[in-house]
Amino acid sequence: MNLTLHVWRQPGPGAPGRMVRYQAADISPEMSFLEMLDVVNERLMETGEAPIAFDHDCREGICGSCSLMINGVAHGPELGTASCQLHMRSFRDGQEIHVEPWRARAFPVVKDLVVNRSALDRIIAVGGYASAPTGSAPDGNATLIPKDAVETAMDAAQCIGCGACVAACPNGSASLFTAAKITHLGLLPQGQPERGRRARRMVEQMDIEGFGQCSLYGECQEACPKEISIDTITRMNRDYLRALTAPDRAAAAESD
Amino acid sequence: MNRVQGLWDTSVGKKAVMAVTGLIMLAYLITHVLANLTVFQGPAKINAYSAFLHGTGGALWVARLVLIAALVLHVVAAAQFTARRRAARPVAYAAGREPQVSTFASRTIRWGGVLILIFIVYHLLHFTLGTVHPSFVEGDPYHNVAAGFGNPLVVVFYELALAALGLHLYHGIWSSGRSLGVSPPSPHPLKRQLAAVLSVLIWAGFAVIPIAVSAGALR
Repeated sequence: MNLTLHVWRQPGPGAPGRMVRYQAADISPEMSFLEMLDVVNERLMETGEAPIAFDHDCREGICGSCSLMINGVAHGPELGTASCQLHMRSFRDGQEIHVEPWRARAFPVVKDLVVNRSALDRIIAVGGYASAPTGSAPDGNATLIPKDAVETAMDAAQCIGCGACVAACPNGSASLFTAAKITHLGLLPQGQPERGRRARRMVEQMDIEGFGQCSLYGECQEACPKEISIDTITRMNRDYLRALTAPDRAAAAESD
Repeated sequence: MNRVQGLWDTSVGKKAVMAVTGLIMLAYLITHVLANLTVFQGPAKINAYSAFLHGTGGALWVARLVLIAALVLHVVAAAQFTARRRAARPVAYAAGREPQVSTFASRTIRWGGVLILIFIVYHLLHFTLGTVHPSFVEGDPYHNVAAGFGNPLVVVFYELALAALGLHLYHGIWSSGRSLGVSPPSPHPLKRQLAAVLSVLIWAGFAVIPIAVSAGALR
């Protein structure tokens, strides 16, 4: 395959960037999108040009590193996959492909296609966990959890924190990311003591980071490589609003 | 952060305010469209309903004040959210962002809302105060409706605003349940039968009247 790429090049944070045109010749349709970029980069290095910087790690859709906006679609045209699992057979020979970094105020560009997603870590840090005494592993089945709660929690727990939901959202909202963690922990018994405080703190942090509001467009669940449902956002809203009227034990202990 | 602050100072809280104020206005719209449709039963019915409303005295003004408060909160929240979304993405995508599943209704809800707001002002001047009406008669809504749609430009403006209202309701009714955290989980979360039926019924109920007057069915 022969493709024409338009790639965002930006030498560093705050530096001016621009779309640069590259030819990607003799690309195998069996390559992943990232392998195609590897080939382009090798050729760039042979000519002495700086390679295109992009985030990647596991290349099997579980680490959440890759973060490419491909022709205006987060992670490209394949549903339920990250950019690393997108294969070149999803494109036509001779196609023009635009590749850009995630765009959000909370995701400043580090270089080229690499953005800083620490804002998501800070949302987790204020409440996306269950405080529990550690020690020896508890007995299996010591805590019984209904099967449907387990499954729904597990669906939400699949979030890999890639930020595609933010990138695809017309408002640049991190609601799906935040809601996935609130849903995951809010459905399990271990998450109950801090459930209300978690929702309040994470929602407040999401706003502090400068993400937009949720307008229920639905673009996030379509972009999500783990196909997390916007039902999680409904659960987040419920937990937040309920926490305003009935503070839980963790919040009550805090205000004492 | 106390409870009231929690409802206005976070995006999730403010969306709940938008949902509740929207549902208050929806409840009013349902009574409004049902009352409007009595115009097809002749002058006596609708004029009697009008007289009944004005006879309730203080209750009418309580309802008006609730609606004005709901409208103001809804519009202020929308304006603040518009500013927030613009700030959230200062650099646009060079190749654009391709909408995948978002509805036309959801993408046009802001400008549609502006059109509806302009319409509400005009509509009050037209049928409540009568200042922009060619032959306004206080207490005779049947005459005011029949005479008020003589100008085709007025009919076109009403129909445009009502189309925007229908789209606004199609997204708003569905999303308000999610903003308030009360919608049940769904295997197809973007489906919205209730919102589709309600928005079409309300839109059709309003939209038929200017057309009926233009077609000479009401005189």
